[in-house]
Amino acid sequence: MKNYLQLNLSLLYWILIAPFTGQFFKIAPIFRQMVFIGVRAAPMVALTAFSVGVTLAMQAAHSLESLGAQMYIPDLVMITLLREMGPVLIAVIVIGRSGSAVAAELGTMKVSEEIEALEVMAINPVQYLVVPRFLAMLVMLPALTIFGNYIGILGGWAVCRFALDFNTAGYIMRALESADTWDLYSGMIKSAVFAWIIITIACNAGLNVEGGAEGVGQATTASVVQALLAMLVMNAVLTGIFFFAA
Amino acid sequence: MNSHGETIIEVNDLVRRFGDRAVLNDISFNVHRGEILVIMGGSGCGKSTLLRHMIGSMKPTSGSVKIFGEEITAMKEREVERVRLRLGMLFQSGALLASLTVGENVALPLMQHTKKSPDEIERIVRQRLEMVGLTGFEDLKPDEISGGMKKRVGLARALALDPELLFSDEPTSGLDPIMTAVVDQLTLKLTQGSHMTAVVVSHDMTSAFRIATRMIMLGHGSIVAQGTPDEIRNSSNPEVQQFIHGEPDGPIPLNLSQEEHKDHSHVKPRPFFRARGRFHRKTG
Repeated sequence: MKNYLQLNLSLLYWILIAPFTGQFFKIAPIFRQMVFIGVRAAPMVALTAFSVGVTLAMQAAHSLESLGAQMYIPDLVMITLLREMGPVLIAVIVIGRSGSAVAAELGTMKVSEEIEALEVMAINPVQYLVVPRFLAMLVMLPALTIFGNYIGILGGWAVCRFALDFNTAGYIMRALESADTWDLYSGMIKSAVFAWIIITIACNAGLNVEGGAEGVGQATTASVVQALLAMLVMNAVLTGIFFFAA
Repeated sequence: MNSHGETIIEVNDLVRRFGDRAVLNDISFNVHRGEILVIMGGSGCGKSTLLRHMIGSMKPTSGSVKIFGEEITAMKEREVERVRLRLGMLFQSGALLASLTVGENVALPLMQHTKKSPDEIERIVRQRLEMVGLTGFEDLKPDEISGGMKKRVGLARALALDPELLFSDEPTSGLDPIMTAVVDQLTLKLTQGSHMTAVVVSHDMTSAFRIATRMIMLGHGSIVAQGTPDEIRNSSNPEVQQFIHGEPDGPIPLNLSQEEHKDHSHVKPRPFFRARGRFHRKTG
């Protein structure tokens, strides 16, 4: 836990303070990480989001039919996606895919003395390795979430259009009417907070690996489990703050 | 002894304990500018730990380590980084970044710490790789070259910033005799004219005697002997003679199991497989 807090402090220093002392972060590595964390995850995110959109629409159709309220299906799909399912499920995908990869990569670098070599070359590992991954994640997770929301809404539309008596214009109208911008923003805030949690837990696990290949494996598993738990708990907290307390 | 140069490294009464086991015990020595100090000793005698204290990545239990006249054990991370800009280190495994090419690895310190143009950096990288006999390997990844080559790339990277002080952890292990001679000659050439000072940890006696201006032999965390190569060669200490001639019998204990039993006497030895005794698991 002490290591984790130290990592966060040092990260804040390199992002918020160091740029003003002339040590601006390099752009190229950030883009490389953005491609890895974000662009390459897009197909998986699309498949997940589409499935979730379809599932939500089918469940809503089933439940709302008995009330004769099938016209509210788009509302339900839209709000559930924007507020909860989008941010949470896409974070799950990114934890499994990118969080674990980052933990394993940094862990392997630790056990093969690469991190120590960086330190001896007077290159700060947080500045050189963690900052680009952090910034890439902070940009790409919300971006993936927006992308996933669109695909999810498309999934809902597919059910309404082909299995139920909706026309496309009607679906879009209802969906737009039901949600306001706060639904979107709350999801984006969640997404950014999840990005922070995922990447700091993954980097911390990787940088503190001890004990060879076995240690790398354990750290990777631990980082996935911890990130999932922390993300879900944080989701409950944020939902409480956004929609319950106010 | 070379005493006309300024003192680059000054180690005084260095002690390092892990738990109640002393890995380094009362180590004191000086290294002057332009010297090559060779540290010898059996595996696990504390050589790497000593090296880590000198680069400031480990803090001693007590004692002092001065590099360039500054106490490195008392420094903050920032100050340690400033000192590290003046030194290069070759790791035992090479410790190249696996995600970068050979050329990028050598260029890394230059790109991080200097404002040189890409052309100039490329020129320096090519020149450093040429020094270690690896012209034309710039675009390969570390996992595409052999262990000995990795080590030479590690050396090229350590030399990228023209360090005043070079630490080498077994620079010649894994190299063929010719490459060993090349690396030795390079180390000698760089220290000529007192520009660079080198601390080399080595098991390779031929290479050690070829390059050393002074030698230290460590055993059980203390200095067994130190002096010029001639003094070491003619040492009357039987441990030194056993080590430099590589004889299996002599005063140096081969394994430490008896001592370890003494240390851990409070721990009850546990059978591997309790129910059926030690080796009966598969057959029983």
